[in-house]
Amino acid sequence: MTTPEHTRFNPDSEVLVSVKDLKKHFPIRGGVVKRQVGAVKAVDGVSFDIYQGHTLGLVGESGSGKSTIGRVMLQLDPATEGTVTFDDIELTKLRGEKLRKLRPRMQMVFQDPHASLNPRMTVASIIGEPLKEHGTVRGAERRERIEELLSLVGLEPSHANRYPHEFSGGQRQRIGIARAIALNPEFIVCDEPIAALDVSIQSQIVNLLVNLQDHLGLTYLFISHDLSMVRHIADRVAVLYLGKVMEMSDVDTLYNHPKHPYTQALLSAVPVPDPVVELTRRRVILEGDIPSPANPPLGCPFNTRCPVAQERCSLEEPEWRELDSGHWVACHFAE
Amino acid sequence: MTSARRAASDWFKYSDRRSRKTGGGVANEPVLEVSGLTTQFDTQDGMVHAVNGVSFTLNKGEFLGVVGESGSGKSVTMMSLLRLIPMPPGEIVDGQAMYNGQDLLHIDLDQLRQIRGKSIGFIFQDPMTSLNPVLTVGFQIEESLKIHQHLPTEAREDRALELLELVGIPSPAARLKSYPHELSGGMRQRVMIAVALACSPQILIADEPTTALDVTIQAQIIELVKDLREQFGTAVIWITHDLGVVAGLADRVLVMYGGQIVEEAPVADLYARPQHPYTKGLLGSVPRLDQKGDDLVTIPGQPPSMFRVQTQCPFAPRCPYVFDRCREENPPLLPITPTQKAACWWDMEAGEARV
Ligand SMILES: Nc1ncnc2c1ncn2[C@@H]1O[C@H](COP(=O)(O)OP(=O)(O)OP(=O)(O)O)[C@@H](O)[C@H]1O
Ligand SMILES: Nc1ncnc2c1ncn2[C@@H]1O[C@H](COP(=O)(O)OP(=O)(O)OP(=O)(O)O)[C@@H](O)[C@H]1O
Ligand code: SF4
Ligand SMILES: [Mg+2]
Ligand SMILES: [Mg+2]
Repeated sequence: MTTPEHTRFNPDSEVLVSVKDLKKHFPIRGGVVKRQVGAVKAVDGVSFDIYQGHTLGLVGESGSGKSTIGRVMLQLDPATEGTVTFDDIELTKLRGEKLRKLRPRMQMVFQDPHASLNPRMTVASIIGEPLKEHGTVRGAERRERIEELLSLVGLEPSHANRYPHEFSGGQRQRIGIARAIALNPEFIVCDEPIAALDVSIQSQIVNLLVNLQDHLGLTYLFISHDLSMVRHIADRVAVLYLGKVMEMSDVDTLYNHPKHPYTQALLSAVPVPDPVVELTRRRVILEGDIPSPANPPLGCPFNTRCPVAQERCSLEEPEWRELDSGHWVACHFAE
Repeated sequence: MTSARRAASDWFKYSDRRSRKTGGGVANEPVLEVSGLTTQFDTQDGMVHAVNGVSFTLNKGEFLGVVGESGSGKSVTMMSLLRLIPMPPGEIVDGQAMYNGQDLLHIDLDQLRQIRGKSIGFIFQDPMTSLNPVLTVGFQIEESLKIHQHLPTEAREDRALELLELVGIPSPAARLKSYPHELSGGMRQRVMIAVALACSPQILIADEPTTALDVTIQAQIIELVKDLREQFGTAVIWITHDLGVVAGLADRVLVMYGGQIVEEAPVADLYARPQHPYTKGLLGSVPRLDQKGDDLVTIPGQPPSMFRVQTQCPFAPRCPYVFDRCREENPPLLPITPTQKAACWWDMEAGEARV
């Protein structure tokens, strides 16, 4: 089987973005004086590297902290603890103008193409806004750049003077992508960029992201709960549960030889669009619900639902271990 | 801790696939026969032709999957059957839906109310909108039993408890007193299923019942529905956009596009030999968890506007096989093989026009 060019992980590439022991806790306030009575541990000690020109897939169920990680990485929200490093610059230390200067190099594509575009602005002004703000090009040159961007994402130059409501969901997502790549960023956080789209439109957008990566050498953090799509687009994958990474490795290892019981259950729960496979496949059905990140279990976060948990799991948090080269797992018993 | 925790083997519930009845295994005894269903919405912007002459049959105990693009008319089709669409602006302008010798589209509303909830259960996509937020879960299940089964109060309470147990809600006695917002999404969906099953309906219509749920919770609900169906032999219509879910559950599948059924086939045939270009494109555009694929197939363009009456094939503007006839005549849904129907002028296998 041939592997597409863009997904061939090259271990010699350089690290572009690095996250170390990242935490983001949202205070819970109560009482009349709004005293802090607790915290939602949305992200609770996460570390990973993203390599230049590659895609790290970030998967996990609702509320596991995926969007929060993306926002904190781009410093749209301050970290509670830990560091984010971009091209050897520690972002978590930067403020004000220094951070603003770096913004063009890191961008975000959002889940909801309807909510993320200003309905009163034309497509040209939406895409041109970052160009204007960071003052890179003006006048006719800006106009040219906008048209170039439109054609890069598969829209017509004539679309420039229309408004977002005149476009379909997939087209709006293209506009969002054009805006994100306007300033030639190196790194893009794609937060569920296809979740709101029709199945037949999703593949259009994913192919576009892959093509842009090939042509522009982009580095992606691809956030998604669609494990099949992540397998398709990512080079490496991190599996998140209750604000912590449970397992991380290159795509093929993770999907073919998952070591963490949560990854195993998660993968087995995804239905495969093939009746022959579905007829014979065995599934792990997890019982119970995902605990609240405001009150996570002691020990291993997964211990309340884990099919192989032992006493130790509810007492002691598993170490984040490198089982094989590049394959990290947080489970006492994974081997 | 250990007393509360069951043996690891219990938690790890491997479900071996029981032999699923596919196609021929289901008795070909229709419980519902829909023909020529046509529903429109008279809106400010114009007439929305939401459902254009849809015909299909549901057999006894059968699991019928319904897939298709957003806006293709899946929900409106099924809601029209029970006249659950808002009228106006909606209007069922044509068609028949025969159930037990009665035409659901034309019997009087009192009779229809007897059938809704009792003989035909409906599960909506968002359980929050269909469960009443100010009433306890127990009250809502008992209410359904009261309306349809005339059970004495005590029997209703017992039955409600039994139903919550059946759908796998932990500590069901306590949960009877809970309000919907006190439950997680997965639990609310279980309650919805309990309400829908309260009167042991002959038909269960589920509109994207797991779309809003996490994948591990979705797997729980799917197992549950499979078990219940085996126990009670309920015929199920399951609307979804997830081709994986359909592959694992359905006996037969309807594919909708632009307010029409464009293909109808037993599940194995549909995936192995799709006969409509839209089905083929759709199957190619989803990546598979179990395979590292090459480039995804894309279906260029956009779904059709529903403001027009389709005088051509609704898929023609996006179809790679389009030829003159497709733009002149809307193809009817016709048998291609003894088990499979498609609405397309082109024979993809032979590489020539159908005659
Ligand atoms: N601004 C905030 N204030 C308080 N809690 C928050 C805030 N933002 C997120 N959270 C909480 O943090 C947790 C993680 O949220 P996040 O949005 O990162 O999850 P996610 O993995 O992106 O989920 P989804 O798949 O639903 O988008 C959730 O419990 C959420 O309720
Ligand atoms: N109350 C309404 N008023 C006007 N138009 C409506 C109404 N309800 C549905 N429609 C239109 O009818 C068409 C079919 O809608 P329907 O909800 O059946 O689609 P669907 O296949 O269920 O899509 P989805 O996958 O997004 O749920 C759409 O064009 C929709 O906009
Ligand atoms: S009828 Fe023509 S346009 Fe329609 S699907 Fe078939 S080949 Fe394509
Ligand atoms: Mg999110
Ligand atoms: Mg619908």
